[in-house]
Amino acid sequence: MSAVAFILLYGLSYGLVLCLIALGLVVTMGLMRVINLAHGAFAAIGGYVAISLMQQLGWPYVLAVPAAVLAVAALGVVAERLLYVHLYQRSDLDQVLVTIGVNFVVIAVLSMWFGPNIVRMELPSYLKGNIDLGIREFEIYRVVAAAVCLVVIGALWWIFERTSTGARLRAAVDNRGMAQAMGMNVPLLFSATFALGCGLAALGGVLAAPMLPIEPMWPLKYLVLVLVIVALAGHGQVSASVAVAVIVGIVETAGRYLFPQFGGFTIYVLLIGLMVWRPDGLLARRRTA
Amino acid sequence: MTPLPRDSILSRHHWRLGELLWLGAAVACYFAFPEYLALGTSVLVMVLLVQSYDLLLGFAGVLSLGHAVFFGLGAFVAGWLALAGWTEPVSVVLAAAVAAAVLAALIGPFLLRLTGLPLLMVTLAFGVLVFEAAHKATGITGGDDGLSGIQFKPIFGIFEWGLGGATSYLYVLAWLAVLFLLMKRVAASPFGVMLQGIRENPARMRLIGNRVLPHLTLAYVISGAVAGVAGALFTQANAFVGLGVLSLDTSVDVLVMLVLGGIGSLYGALIGAPAYMLLKHFSSQWNPFYWMLIIGVLLIAVVLLGRGGLLGMLQWAARGFRRGRA
Repeated sequence: MSAVAFILLYGLSYGLVLCLIALGLVVTMGLMRVINLAHGAFAAIGGYVAISLMQQLGWPYVLAVPAAVLAVAALGVVAERLLYVHLYQRSDLDQVLVTIGVNFVVIAVLSMWFGPNIVRMELPSYLKGNIDLGIREFEIYRVVAAAVCLVVIGALWWIFERTSTGARLRAAVDNRGMAQAMGMNVPLLFSATFALGCGLAALGGVLAAPMLPIEPMWPLKYLVLVLVIVALAGHGQVSASVAVAVIVGIVETAGRYLFPQFGGFTIYVLLIGLMVWRPDGLLARRRTA
Repeated sequence: MTPLPRDSILSRHHWRLGELLWLGAAVACYFAFPEYLALGTSVLVMVLLVQSYDLLLGFAGVLSLGHAVFFGLGAFVAGWLALAGWTEPVSVVLAAAVAAAVLAALIGPFLLRLTGLPLLMVTLAFGVLVFEAAHKATGITGGDDGLSGIQFKPIFGIFEWGLGGATSYLYVLAWLAVLFLLMKRVAASPFGVMLQGIRENPARMRLIGNRVLPHLTLAYVISGAVAGVAGALFTQANAFVGLGVLSLDTSVDVLVMLVLGGIGSLYGALIGAPAYMLLKHFSSQWNPFYWMLIIGVLLIAVVLLGRGGLLGMLQWAARGFRRGRA
């Protein structure tokens, strides 16, 4: 019983944080249809900015995190205007290559500035320690992080599924020319959306720092994990991504807990099996061929 | 009968001047830089690996991030056979090619149904899975230590494996020349043209009555077999196999080398792999992270500024030169 509770709690909180990073990618890759392998780079930059603000300038945690998110979102606008704007009409291969190149540049710059080792994220004292959830003791930090993730995920779902902004975005991706002819400012919409994706990456990177430690190789090291979620969720579906992220979090935690030797494998076996079985995403409707 | 135009697909299997010049330059390097022959051998191995990937990506349009699996399988098969006592080098290379081809034939029909992002993800996950499995299976692969003490008999019973890589350089160059010819034939054959058709428009190829999956699988098998040969040559030249041959970095390196050189002609590998390997060798004497910066910027620039990589730039310069003289 205790083992099941452990796996569910850790898996759920881990999955929700992963989901936040993945949702940023669902936005840039799923909605905007750019294979953005540099997503992890924005998450890592977010983590570094937050840590620097706290350690060098002495900002409190609650200020440093939003500041890092905003900074990375601003960086996202610059990257979108300078680089990604050239990629929208390009082939998959070109998108993969350019974003791998971005990863290399970011990794090189991060390690030149901050050194090649792991940088620890110091949590404020009120986020340390455990809380009794009734079933078992659990880390306060993970509860808070999961709660923040739930709120942000809810807000995103509302924006994409229930507001005209979400509808405009889907329209602009499906038929750019028509959307522009209807008077939408598509470049602005794309810049804003990309900034949102990067900001989500940064928030996820900061919140995940205690679980996925911040280091220069972060963009490549955890990329696969996040890509798994987006690929399994299919194109640009918020609800499917949440479900898949939670499944991934629980499977990964269960694998590492129950079979420590082979823990890393379970998630890849799951991915390969599901992708070959359902290439369009787990919850996608079967195409009528 | 009208002569075929020079750039026609059907005339592709003729030797071209540039290819002979490249081979000549490779032989000249043997005499000019005897102290760098070990580096030269690993460059030639990478040229072969990148060419096998070009057949897959440049001709068939299969974007895979798991090509290191075949390279690594070939390398480990050669290591296992040598340690088990089968030390005749040429037959070991062929056995490694068969092993890689069988693996490609087994997984190809599942993977190649996918395209785009799903294909990328599954090949990536497969590569990581194989790497992690090899990492855990220390009994078979030696884990982090790799397999060392690998000895082969002299080639054809005549040429001894000397120190300094003189024999292995020419041995790998000979394999490269033979396989390059074979791959050129494959690319120029109706089968090669079919692959290009599938790359351009798989739906149309299916509609005009071609079976896409078997063709792609055969391309995958050929490409995997050549990558397996490259792996076996790597083992023979280094007398060592480490887990690095299976790592994701190898797959990404191969893609980057191909793109820097130029995709889709089998020639890009001839330029991209040496340029990348030499730049890496000499710049890693500074900070290894400068190297990532250089290669990242180069990659972005090559893709955004125009297609064709270094090869495309050379051709562009050559055209300009010819026009200038005329």
